[in-house]
Amino acid sequence: MNTSWQNNRAARDARIAAGAGLARGKVVEASDATRMLEAVIRPGDRVCLEGDNQKQADLLSRALLAVDLAKVNDLHMVQSGVVLPEHLDLFERGVAKRLDYAYSGPQSARIARMLFGGKIELGAVHTYLELFARYFIDLTPQVALIAAVSADREGNLYTGPNTEDTPTVVEATAFKDGIVIAQVNEIVETVPRVDIPADRVHFIVKSDKPFFVEPLFTRDPAAITEGQILTAMLAIKGIYAPYGVQRLNHGIGFSTAAIELLLPTFGERLGLKGRIATHFALNPHPALIPAIESGWVRQIHSFGSEVGMDDYIRARSDVYFTGPDGSLRSNRAFCQTAGLYACDMFIGSTLQIDLQGNSSTVTTSRIAGFGGAPNMGADARGRRHPSEPWLKAGAESDPDSPAALRRGRKLVVQIGETFGDKNVPLFVEKLDAIELAEKLNLELAPIMIYGDDVTHIVTEEGVANLLLCRTAQEREQAIRGVAGYTDVGRRRDHGMVAHLRERGVIRRPEDLGINPLDADRSMLAARSIKDLVRWSGGLYAPPSKFRNW
Amino acid sequence: MEDLRFQHRVRARAGGTRQSAIVGVVASGNLEVLVERVLPDAECALDIKTAAIGFGEVWTAVIGDFVERYSPGGLRFSINDGGARPDTVSLRLAQAVRSIAENGQ
Repeated sequence: MNTSWQNNRAARDARIAAGAGLARGKVVEASDATRMLEAVIRPGDRVCLEGDNQKQADLLSRALLAVDLAKVNDLHMVQSGVVLPEHLDLFERGVAKRLDYAYSGPQSARIARMLFGGKIELGAVHTYLELFARYFIDLTPQVALIAAVSADREGNLYTGPNTEDTPTVVEATAFKDGIVIAQVNEIVETVPRVDIPADRVHFIVKSDKPFFVEPLFTRDPAAITEGQILTAMLAIKGIYAPYGVQRLNHGIGFSTAAIELLLPTFGERLGLKGRIATHFALNPHPALIPAIESGWVRQIHSFGSEVGMDDYIRARSDVYFTGPDGSLRSNRAFCQTAGLYACDMFIGSTLQIDLQGNSSTVTTSRIAGFGGAPNMGADARGRRHPSEPWLKAGAESDPDSPAALRRGRKLVVQIGETFGDKNVPLFVEKLDAIELAEKLNLELAPIMIYGDDVTHIVTEEGVANLLLCRTAQEREQAIRGVAGYTDVGRRRDHGMVAHLRERGVIRRPEDLGINPLDADRSMLAARSIKDLVRWSGGLYAPPSKFRNW
Repeated sequence: MEDLRFQHRVRARAGGTRQSAIVGVVASGNLEVLVERVLPDAECALDIKTAAIGFGEVWTAVIGDFVERYSPGGLRFSINDGGARPDTVSLRLAQAVRSIAENGQ
């Protein structure tokens, strides 16, 4: 019989007491960070080392990597992003053993090698929302190592525009007897705004240099091809316009950047301003600046921020969510939820699409994880509010049910060129993800977006509307019918594809009144990063790697 | 490098009066197309020098669709390909036909 119901609270207090010896108040010197982690972390602990999409607790990563293995070992890392080399070094060294995560962009090749080599015991690869959900059920961290811009002496934290995962991580940790340790760029008298209240923060480490942030959402308009422009025109005229899509999320590829840059030009000529693309769940994409400046966009909620966009966002608070201090307040969990429940469309690119429409960004040598795309690119079965695009898509997929009982459908659009980098085909008979699942003995193949959620595929060859397909065979031929000169495309049944085109399941550029020869770079509202700076009235400050003037 | 040559009989002569035109650039993932009005009206020919080896089947399909769609009678195309994607090839060929279809020299 358990005689105490507060063991975890007592354990937390003991950890705080152990760490307090190294702190003045809550403040710990950077040089003492490793000793402090040795004092508060126990072997086998679940630890969230804040690796977001953008903001990285890099000092705490290095400090954790340096611990005495006799004191700290076999940790179970539960973090959304495995992004820094140190995140994986922890497993090489034996500091950590088990991993549950969501995204591993820059480390995707190394994480694949380590998984094959048995260096990491993998729990699962999640979507962001899914991992956050598990923080509150069965993956609650005992220790959270987070990053913020500044703290005051009491421990109130200002995260800056990249609030991202921090409130979620802190909520799960601090309210379940866990320890929260923050690295901050500076300690100030008063923080610009309180993103995390002091009573949820146990220790603060002042970093010697600002935490690492990478520009992930900046696409140079100079690199957009005519093929991407054509594909973007097809999407605007073939999907955005007929469904009247106002609330949406864009992926981060060049095709969607092309769409953003065509709104004030091509979209304007089609008379679509105010009728499409008004409300976004989206990071502050610089490519959207011309559309914002032209009055297209009413509101944007963001997962995180983007390097160089701070002053622009501050000056456009009618569009973005900002705090009392004027800077962006992002929030990954809320924005993911917004994308899932309050957006009528997700449009993004992928690396491979199979004959059922399943897509994946996994190749046999790279495991990039899921991030948020599966939440954006999935029909929310719990949705109950109607909207024009949602109802229209539902009616197309299920014309025979009575309207009052018919579910709507989210538009889930895969956009891309039939051949990607190095002439690698977008369309395949079998996904590499399936091979990988066999090799690693995974129960589930890592599918980014399941075929039954995909409603449209857009390539330079045309738009395939999968909602209108009635059989698996029709679906396969609709996909082959926009697969261009890939092997999958060339093996189409020409008769069936012609029939699908007559029914409007497949629509070619000429069916939409688009001449591929009009797909010219002069159509882009901005053709360079410098053009974006000009559109922003000098408020956008691109990072140096994007400056070529 | 690989050299490919295609010859087709076509329905009709390409429009316009220009004698030659050039579109595109020789660069990785791109191609340059020189088109000249030098053949009988019912013929067209395409000479391809490509950096990508082993794509003969794809070229056959791309060229077949192009000829069917644009009927470029009387034209000879000389193509310098830097491993462009098939959709880029289709686009450059269509641009070449549009260019030579303009009137003038």
